[in-house]
Amino acid sequence: MMLALTAPTPGPLPSPLTAASMIAAVVLCSTAGEVLTAAAMKSIGDLDDIRAHSGMKGAIRAVVTCPLFFAGVGCLALAFFSLLFALNHLNLSLVAPASASLTLVTNAVAGKIFLKENVDRRRWTAAVLVCIGVYLLAH
Amino acid sequence: MKPLPAISLAHPAELVVSLVTAVFTPWIAAGIALLIGFFASYLTALSWADLTFVLPATAFGNVIVALLSRFWLHEPISLARWAGILLITVGVGFVAHGPSRTEIPAELETAREVIAK
Repeated sequence: MMLALTAPTPGPLPSPLTAASMIAAVVLCSTAGEVLTAAAMKSIGDLDDIRAHSGMKGAIRAVVTCPLFFAGVGCLALAFFSLLFALNHLNLSLVAPASASLTLVTNAVAGKIFLKENVDRRRWTAAVLVCIGVYLLAH
Repeated sequence: MKPLPAISLAHPAELVVSLVTAVFTPWIAAGIALLIGFFASYLTALSWADLTFVLPATAFGNVIVALLSRFWLHEPISLARWAGILLITVGVGFVAHGPSRTEIPAELETAREVIAK
């Protein structure tokens, strides 16, 4: 079995529902990963302060001894593999912009709900503008 | 990856050798080092700023990639992509003007200190 360099034979495209499920899986795993990683870093505290007190080794130890961090990285890895799975069945021009832009909006919602962040009008506007911008750029 | 020979899954031993060779290819090694640098900086940013501040701000990387591909690789950029660059820039400007972190109320902070003791 040879990888890459040769384009695969195009098969029938999945139904819109299947395509939406694949993109939803990427977006969900990615959002869970980002939220868990952010929660881990918030629980650890300012890394610059930790580095000032205990040096670079102390900062690395603080990160790698946090279970939430590994849960986050696990979800991000899952998001990466579900992206590869989606790319195996769908067109890049659909998957890349859809997953990249939707993740920004779901992260804003998840940040507000789970991390209790203050997502004010300014941040909503930024999330929506960047979301449309990434879609236009990646399409 | 393009100058490297095609990677085959048929022989596991060859696969390992191919992957190790790929990792030590200068361009790929530099790419991995830069990705590690990105992740370390991203984690540091998340330790002092909100996720809803960091994510839109890091999306500015898309604009840099588009501008580099235009002026370095001389790739054409369509009108829709220029519009995308403009929207991301405006969005990042919006979020960067606000506070980077949600302030925790004083009593919660005190409770945390008590728990920590």
